[in-house]
Amino acid sequence: MAEQTLTTSEIPTVVADRVDIVYRVNGTGAGRGTATAALNRILRRQQAEKAAGVRKVHAVKKVSFVAYKGEAIGLIGTNGSGKSTLLKAVAGLLPVENGHIYTDGQPSLLGVNAALMNDLTGERNIHLGGLAMGMSREEVKQRYQEIVEFSGINEKGDFITLPMRTYSSGMAARLRFSIAAAKDHDVLLIDEALATGDRSFQKRSEARIRELRKHAGTVFLVSHNNKSIRDTCERVLWLERGELRMDGATEDVLKEYEAFTGDKSDKPAKKAAPKAPAATP
Amino acid sequence: MADGDHPGPATAGRTPLPRAKAADVSQVLHTPPPTQVPAEDDLAALAARHGLSVSGARPSLPAYVRQLWARRHFITAFATAKLTAQYSQAKLGQVWQVMTPLLNAAVYYFIFGVLLGTKQHVPDYVPFLVTGVFIWTFTQSSIMAGTRAIAGNLGLVRALHFPRAALPISFALQQLQQLLFSMAALVVILLCFGVPVAASWVLAIPALVLQFTFNAGVSMVVARMGAKTPDIAQLMPFVLRTWMYVSGVMWSIDKIDKNDHLPHIVRLLLELNPAAVYIDLMRFALIDSFHTLPPHVWAVATGWALLAGVGGFIYFWKAEETYGRG
Repeated sequence: MAEQTLTTSEIPTVVADRVDIVYRVNGTGAGRGTATAALNRILRRQQAEKAAGVRKVHAVKKVSFVAYKGEAIGLIGTNGSGKSTLLKAVAGLLPVENGHIYTDGQPSLLGVNAALMNDLTGERNIHLGGLAMGMSREEVKQRYQEIVEFSGINEKGDFITLPMRTYSSGMAARLRFSIAAAKDHDVLLIDEALATGDRSFQKRSEARIRELRKHAGTVFLVSHNNKSIRDTCERVLWLERGELRMDGATEDVLKEYEAFTGDKSDKPAKKAAPKAPAATP
Repeated sequence: MADGDHPGPATAGRTPLPRAKAADVSQVLHTPPPTQVPAEDDLAALAARHGLSVSGARPSLPAYVRQLWARRHFITAFATAKLTAQYSQAKLGQVWQVMTPLLNAAVYYFIFGVLLGTKQHVPDYVPFLVTGVFIWTFTQSSIMAGTRAIAGNLGLVRALHFPRAALPISFALQQLQQLLFSMAALVVILLCFGVPVAASWVLAIPALVLQFTFNAGVSMVVARMGAKTPDIAQLMPFVLRTWMYVSGVMWSIDKIDKNDHLPHIVRLLLELNPAAVYIDLMRFALIDSFHTLPPHVWAVATGWALLAGVGGFIYFWKAEETYGRG
């Protein structure tokens, strides 16, 4: 490990140093959220939190890794294994319990879902989402047309001036991805964004992610689609129950992971890859 | 990656671990084999050597102010969007922006003007009452929104980077916009009740600026408290209702002052109460028959605004890196 960093001239962009992340949930556990449990919690604050009905969920346990400039790293693992949590911590959005995460510049999570409002029109949501990501008003204006065209919302009529609650779930997902992908990032964190929309939109978004990768120093991709991990990433981190189970070249890790999940359907994906011309740049 | 080669073959020889049963959520059963963890000093030193900074660390106060200023368009856009989204499903739509304060005023008039007959002691009672209700509602709803500013927007806090103070400020701004609608309704009420247009109406602007600063500051304080302890949101309505009744929204503090049985300290506290100060300032500005302001009222109003604004901002900033924890 140490020799490697000394001999190579690679520049680290993200260093995770024994990271622990713990969620605390009130009103669960022993007391099952009853009033007596809540009173208990207040009266016995100094005592063990567990006894007082606060459940601790240890989502990420002692994870360490170093990501270098120019790498595209896939994060895999079964549901609830801590992938998204780790990503949010790298982005600096979730505080860590123990350990440190060091980053070069400001990593950004690809996603604006939370800033958008269903009662507003698509048009206003584009403005709001752009501003929420830290774009200036002028930038949003410049990119506006591009975002609308990319999302393809107006293909079936003038939908961009309707409130977002009237959109189908696919349309809304397309608009969200289009807004999120409009900005360039240093360290880019993508959380299963590839799986939105119909086939033609997926192709467009894959192309856009490759473009973003060119501008970004380092890319992290969380996905359950092993094919998109193979297409995009050369290194994979495998998280299981919050612990880093494997860290290595995509093929090695995916082989183990597929054996673990008992998933054989993705095995021939590598041979089938040349058949899909859109997937290869 | 060379560092990946070490754990690779080690796990390759092992048979796949059985998957956890759905009912098992304890997380203790069958933890995976520990991966090779390099010495702690290594990683910290590596990060330091390449000048990496700790992710999600709290910026310095001047940097924080700069970041906040850079997001000013987001703050205003978010406030306007919240305000517009509020009534977008109603048939009457944005008409409710004016209807809601008017109905509020009507209810208070019915109770305190007609049923209890407070109006005998105060000239221009309806303008007096409605001004009080609107100005009080501004402070009240800013603080209520403040308690939920972080706790109610965890999704946003966990998805995007921005100085978190943008949220309570944005909510306070939304309430200010709401108040401006109410003020339009108020002007109509004033004219209907024969209150003359006067040059003193201009004083409403500095009064509003001071009150907004005060509200935003208190919002930031309760936002931090509410982020740590969401129960504050349950408690706050009671605190606010008590505060309302001592702030002279429906009655004149001035009239109570005349009854000399109150100890001096109580009178002083009633006069220094920030909500009462801002309400009185607005009444003084808009209603010409209301001309008894306590001494040094502008100084008190500015003092409260500065204390809450600056103090609240620093208090909120001190916990910046902790917002977002569930």
